[in-house]
Amino acid sequence: MFEAIAFYLFAFLTISMFYIAVTTSQALYALSAIAAGMLFISAFFFILGADFLGAVQIIVYSGAVMALYAFGMMFFDTTREVKEKHGNSMIVIGLSSLAAIMVVVIFAAPIVSSNITALYPVVDGVGNTQAVGMVLFTKYLVPFEVAAVMLLVAMIAGIVLAGKKMDLSLTLMSDAEIKDLREDQNKKVLS
Amino acid sequence: MDTAYLIETIIKVVVVLLIFSALAGIGTYFERKVLAFMQRRLGPMYVGPFGLLQVAADGVKLFTKEDIVPTNVVAKVFKIAPVITAATAFMAAAAIPFLPQFTLFGYTVHPIVADINIGILYILGIMGIGLYGPLLGGMASANKFSLLSAARTAAVFISYEVVTGLSLLAPIMMVGSLSLIDFNEYQAGGIGDWIIWSQPVAFVLFWIAAFAETGRTPFHLIANDHEIIDGFGTEYSGMRWGLFFIGEYANMFFISFVIPLIFLGGYGDGSFLGALGLLGKMAFFFFFFLWTRAAWPDVRPDQLMWLCWKVLMPLAVINIVITGLVMMF
Repeated sequence: MFEAIAFYLFAFLTISMFYIAVTTSQALYALSAIAAGMLFISAFFFILGADFLGAVQIIVYSGAVMALYAFGMMFFDTTREVKEKHGNSMIVIGLSSLAAIMVVVIFAAPIVSSNITALYPVVDGVGNTQAVGMVLFTKYLVPFEVAAVMLLVAMIAGIVLAGKKMDLSLTLMSDAEIKDLREDQNKKVLS
Repeated sequence: MDTAYLIETIIKVVVVLLIFSALAGIGTYFERKVLAFMQRRLGPMYVGPFGLLQVAADGVKLFTKEDIVPTNVVAKVFKIAPVITAATAFMAAAAIPFLPQFTLFGYTVHPIVADINIGILYILGIMGIGLYGPLLGGMASANKFSLLSAARTAAVFISYEVVTGLSLLAPIMMVGSLSLIDFNEYQAGGIGDWIIWSQPVAFVLFWIAAFAETGRTPFHLIANDHEIIDGFGTEYSGMRWGLFFIGEYANMFFISFVIPLIFLGGYGDGSFLGALGLLGKMAFFFFFFLWTRAAWPDVRPDQLMWLCWKVLMPLAVINIVITGLVMMF
């Protein structure tokens, strides 16, 4: 019974948070609402006994992804409301409800016809973390490694993009050197 | 999941909340006294014996001050940001075993709110969420200095989360579990079994990162004192400002519990002496936070990032590789 109470509580909280994120015209409300919604989703993993995925949901989505959004939001004035363009609301409502129904059908159809068999059944006597690790390093080894390589590529690209003039530190230079540097930059802009 | 379990959990939650909010208040008293003695002053001494009631006086002051919400701020986010700081600090406490299990009136009590088997991961995640308090507070404040401080806080927290996670990976590989109770069992044999002897590098890295994650002095850039303001808390007054403080001090206490549990044997074999030992280690690490504040200057932001990405993170990765090689052969 407590599971049911917890499920409906967190379902309500998650949906209302994402509703706020969609409807508000205030960027800060949207940011905090999505972060809270992501956090509430992890509750479902905990209810289902998937502790590891729940913690990963907290770390990855609320901790990392939303923090990056927050960094992006520092470049504009978040205390002002965003002026939104409102198109035809009927099209928006129609398309979004259609998409929602499609997603429900896609995931509900195999369950209704009970056509699902677990290809990799849960190994008895191991914890949550170990079970995830076993599947990850047997069945999903190739996608896992490909994702790792892609992340490595992204990391190297990020370092190359950000690393120009990395050895230059304004705090360690003397005033004369900084002055020279400024003049140098100005020349480039003017020429 | 029966009703007795639910009642027990609620009682535990209330006890942890009450004890640690009170401790957060007393923590400020300790900090002022320790700092005062190290700087050859007396510290608070007029209110009550040895100034002990200063905590109560500060509490009354904070609660009765006017709660100012300045114009132009995003009011709802501005109001909820301090609550996020305090709440995330206490949420992390759910997975910390504060004492060994003991029997009270014939009923066995486990002094841990939720014994999930991924305790460390959960604590790391919730500490990462703690970033939102300062971040939203600073961004909602409609104040340039608050915004700058929020950006700095976000940079520090996100960077040092990497160090925390990587430094903990090596001990996790040795124990083979993410539960703090399993960590304790692994080291239950006595001082010789403590993880600090086999993972000294990870211990030092985690300890350094703990200072950054709680925003304590060598990395106290989150509330920048050189700008003669209080960082993201500049626009706050009264109890909302106080909630930021409660969160910070509660975080210090919790991390002071986590460090001994992971590296220094925790409560050992679960005897009364072991429990006292854990409290003693916790007290030492809390004292060390205050000691550092009295003895060390703040570092510059660029030095902070240099330390994180060019020194600590490579060290942590090398530590993991060496641990893996040693475990393999």
